[in-house]
Amino acid sequence: MMENELNLPEFNIPEELDGKVAITNLDRLYNFGRRSSLWPMMFGLACCAIEMIAAQAGRYDMARFGMEVMRPSPRQADVMIVAGTVTKKMVPAIVRLYNQMAEPKYVVAMGACASGGGPFKEGYNVVAGIDKFLPVDVYIPGCPPTPQALVKGMIRLQEKIDQQSISKVRWYKKGADSVEIAIPFLGPDLIDPRRIQDIKEAANELATVNTAEEGAA
Amino acid sequence: MYGKGLLKGLSVTFNRFFQSYLEDIRWLVKKYPKVEFRSSKDTRGTFTVEYPEQSVIIPEEFRFVPFLVYDEGEHGEKNIRCTSCGICAKACPPQCIWIVRSTDPETGRPVPQPAEFYIDFDICMNCGLCAEFCPFDAIKMDHDYEISSYTRNLADKERLMKPASYYESIRPENFKREETAREAKAAAKAAAKA
Amino acid sequence: METTTTTFELDKTFPGIVMADTRSGYEGYLIPSDQLLKVCADLKNKHGYDLLSSVTGVDYLSEGKMEVVYHAFKSSGGPALVFKCQIERVDPMEMPSVTSIWPGADFQEREIWDLYGIKFTGHPDLRRILMWEGFEGHPMRKDWKEAFYEEEKKPLKSRWPQGNHKYAETKTPYGDNVRFDAGFDPEKWVPTDPEEALYTALKKFKTEVKDGIQTDHIIVNMGPQHPSTHGVFRAVALLNGEEILSLKPVLGYLHRNHEKIGERNTYIQNIPYTDRLDYFNSMYNAWAYSLAVEKLLGLEVPERAEYIRVIMGELSRIQNHLILFGMLWNDLGAYFTPALYAFEERELILDIFESVSGSRMMCNYHRFGGVVRDVNPMNMQKIKDLAFDRLPRKVEEFDKLLSENEIFVSRMKGVGYLSPEDAIGYSVTGPTLRAAGIPYDIRRVNPYGIYDRFDFDIPVRHNSDLLDRYLVRVEEIRQSIRILQQALNTIPEGPIITGKPSYQIKVPAGEAYGRIEHPKGELGFYVVSDGSANPYRYHIRTPSFVNITSLEKMCVGTKIADFVTILGMIDIVLGELDR
Repeated sequence: MMENELNLPEFNIPEELDGKVAITNLDRLYNFGRRSSLWPMMFGLACCAIEMIAAQAGRYDMARFGMEVMRPSPRQADVMIVAGTVTKKMVPAIVRLYNQMAEPKYVVAMGACASGGGPFKEGYNVVAGIDKFLPVDVYIPGCPPTPQALVKGMIRLQEKIDQQSISKVRWYKKGADSVEIAIPFLGPDLIDPRRIQDIKEAANELATVNTAEEGAA
Repeated sequence: MYGKGLLKGLSVTFNRFFQSYLEDIRWLVKKYPKVEFRSSKDTRGTFTVEYPEQSVIIPEEFRFVPFLVYDEGEHGEKNIRCTSCGICAKACPPQCIWIVRSTDPETGRPVPQPAEFYIDFDICMNCGLCAEFCPFDAIKMDHDYEISSYTRNLADKERLMKPASYYESIRPENFKREETAREAKAAAKAAAKA
Repeated sequence: METTTTTFELDKTFPGIVMADTRSGYEGYLIPSDQLLKVCADLKNKHGYDLLSSVTGVDYLSEGKMEVVYHAFKSSGGPALVFKCQIERVDPMEMPSVTSIWPGADFQEREIWDLYGIKFTGHPDLRRILMWEGFEGHPMRKDWKEAFYEEEKKPLKSRWPQGNHKYAETKTPYGDNVRFDAGFDPEKWVPTDPEEALYTALKKFKTEVKDGIQTDHIIVNMGPQHPSTHGVFRAVALLNGEEILSLKPVLGYLHRNHEKIGERNTYIQNIPYTDRLDYFNSMYNAWAYSLAVEKLLGLEVPERAEYIRVIMGELSRIQNHLILFGMLWNDLGAYFTPALYAFEERELILDIFESVSGSRMMCNYHRFGGVVRDVNPMNMQKIKDLAFDRLPRKVEEFDKLLSENEIFVSRMKGVGYLSPEDAIGYSVTGPTLRAAGIPYDIRRVNPYGIYDRFDFDIPVRHNSDLLDRYLVRVEEIRQSIRILQQALNTIPEGPIITGKPSYQIKVPAGEAYGRIEHPKGELGFYVVSDGSANPYRYHIRTPSFVNITSLEKMCVGTKIADFVTILGMIDIVLGELDR
C-alpha cells in the first residue's frame, strides 16, 4: 500500500523496483508522514468511548493505521476524537484542551451526540454538537458507530490530510500559527464569549416584549 | 516460593504468544476462512479482522440508520411504499423524522405519499422503533455504516430511498417472511371480493 | 412475581402520626415532616430497616405539593417499605435531612436540592451536585422549561403531517440551547466563584511550621480529563504529603437529563434511553424499567421470555466483570494485556447480542411483557458453545493470569476498608456489600423473574478490602456461568411477548419501583403514572451514584495512589453516575 500512495501516478515504476523506489513530490511526502502517524487523544466522554477503546483493542486494531497509542495529554496528541455527549459543564475543559494541542491538529466528531446533539439534544445540560465551539473535520454518525465505522471515518480523515499542501497550511504561512478559541464560562447558563453581543441584544428584545405584554395586560 | 503468581501469569502470556505463531503456520498449511474462524468459539492466537480488506460478519438483524423502501415498476419508476401515515415520526424517541404529507393540488385532500421526508442522522439513535412499527414495511434499518462525511448529515427523501432488491439482499429472512404475509393478505382480499 | 407491599404496618405502629397513602395505585405511608426524624430513627433501630435504598423527589404541581419518597429495606432481606413526606410547594421549601440516620442519603438529597429546590436542614454539605453553582433555576420542576422546549409531551405535532425540517437552534431567541432571563447582560454579570463552596467543604486547609520548615496541605484536582477515572469524573483531594485527608467528588460532567427527557417521552420511547445509562449492560437496564411498568400494567411475562431475559442478563454480567478486570489492571500498570484478553471475550459475547438484538451495545431488546425478538436455533447454539465450552476455560485462564500475582496482592490487600455497618449505612449494594460479609443479593432475598428456580451460590467474603471485592467478582462469574448452563438446558418453547406490540400504551395511574441485581449493585426505576401515555415521574436509582457516597470514607487515610484502585474497584460508569 505504501508505494501506491507515495508514488505519483504519472510515473510507472518497473516491476523489480516496485516497493523499493518511489518518485514523489514534497507535498505527498509531507502528508504521508503526517497521516500515517496520527495519535488520537484519549478523550472518551460517554458510550462512544467504549467503541473507541474496542477499535483500539484486538479485533479492530487501529494501530495498523498508525494510531499506535492514545495519549491522554493534549501536548502529545494529533487528533481529538470527541466521543460522546458534550455537556455544558464539560465544554470549558474541552476548549481548553483543544487550545493546548499543538499544530497540526484535527477534530473528529464521533457519534450522533458529538455531531449534532444526538438523542439528548433537547436536554438543558447538553450542547447540540461540538461544532458549536471547535472546527470539526470529520463527522461520524451512529449511536454508537461500530468500530468499523470509526475506522472508516479515520480513513476519511487521512484522505482529507492527503489533500493538504505544505505551501498552503496555516502553520507555515505568515501570521498566527494557530487560532485560539475563547473559553466559554458558566454563568446562569453557558456563555460563549464570541456571542456576547448577540445574547445582549436578544435579552434586551425579550425584556421589551415582556414589558409591552405587561403594559397591554 | 515468592514470585510464583507472577510466573504463572507469564506462562499464560507466553502460551498465547506462541499460539499466534502456530495459528499462522496452520493457516499457511490448511487455508481455512480467517474471518469465520476468528469469530467462532475456537479462536486462538491473533484475533484481528483486517478492515477494510476484510470485514466482520454482519448479522441480518444489524441496524444502523433507516432507509425508505421502493418497489421497482415495469418501466423503471420508483413506487415508494411509504404512505406518510406518520407512525414512524410518532414512535421515534428523539423525534428525528420530519414528514410532509402531500395533498392533491385540485381537491386539497391528503394523498398517501410523502412530499418531503427528512431524517437527521445527527440525532438518530439507531433504535429501530420506526422500522418495528411501520405497518407498510416502508422504512427499514440499513446495514451500511460507512456514512462518515465532512459535513453534517441531514438525509432527505432522495438519499433515503433504496430499492426492494437491496432490502432483500441485506435481510433475506425478513424479506421472505414479509412477502409471504403480503401475498397471503392480497389473496385473502381477492377471495373476499369474489 | 414479587410483592412490594410489606406486611409491616407502619400506621399501626405510630398511630396518629403516620397515615396510609390512599391514592389509587399508590402504596406506602405518609409522614408529616416534623415527625420524620423520630419515625426514621425508630425504623432503623427498633424495626431493622437499616438499608435505605432510594430517596426521590416528585413535583405535584397541580396539587401544590412537593413530595419526597423513601424506599427502605432490611439487610436481612424482604420487600420494600415505602414512606413519603409532603410539603407545600412554596419557596423556601425545607425538610429535615435523614443523613444523621442513614448516611447514604447524602448525595441523593443533594440531587433533590439541585433539581427541585428542597432544602434539607441538617445536611452536612448542601451544594448543587449535577449542575454547577450559579445555574439559574431548578430544572426538574414541572414549570421549568428548557431552551429547546416545544411541547409538554411527545409525540410532537411539528413532525407530521406538516413536518418541514428546521434545526431546533433556529427556533430559539439565542440561536442555541441556552436560556437567560430577559434583560440579562453578560458583560455586567459578576461571576461568583463556583469552586469556593467546594473548597470550603473540604477539611480545613492548614499550614504549619515544623522544625523551621513551613509545610502546607496540598489540594489536588484529579480532573475530568484523566486516563484512570473511567470517564469524566473529577475528585478534589486534600493531601498531607501523600496521605489523603479529605476527598470530594465533583459530578455532573455527563449529566444528560435522562429524567427530564423521560418525562416528555412515552413509555416505550424510554426503553432505548435506558440503554444509555450503564452502557456496558444495556441488556440489563431495560429489565428493571420493564419490571416497574409491568407492575403498573399488571402484565405476566411468558416463560420463554423469562428464560431469554435471564440468559442475556447473565451474559451481560460476565462481560461486565471481565471488562472491569481489564480496566482495573490498566490502572494498576499492566498496560493493556489483560484488557486485550477481556475485550476478546467481550467481542464474542457482543457478537451474540448483535445477531439477536441488532446492535452491539444499545440492544433495545426488552419490551413490556417480554422481549422483542426470539433467539433462533443458530444463535442458541452459539450461546451454548460459549457457556459450556469457552467461558469456563477462559475464566480459569484469567484466574491463573491475575489472581495470585504478588504485585497485585500487595497493592490490594488491606486497602480501602469499609466496615459492614458503614456499608449498610451508606446504602452500598452489589459486590462491595458482599465483600463486607453481608449476603445481600436481590436475586436471592427478593427474587424477580424466575431466579428462584436456579441453583447458585452467593459469594461472600469478610475482609472488606479491595482484594476481597475482586475475588467476589471472580466467583460471581463462575456462578453466572452455572446459571447460564441451567437456563440453557431447561428453556422451553413458547411465545415471547404477551399482548400485541403497540407504540402507544396508556398505563393506569399509580406508582411502582422495579429493582434488579445489576452487576454494579441495585438498579431501581421509580415510575409514577397519571393515567396518560407519558410517565409523570421517571426516576432512576443507579448503583454507581449511591456507591460513590462511600468513596470518601474508604479513601481517608490511604495514599493518593490507592485512590485510583479504590475508585476502579467501586466499578462506576459515568453514564449512570450522572444520568
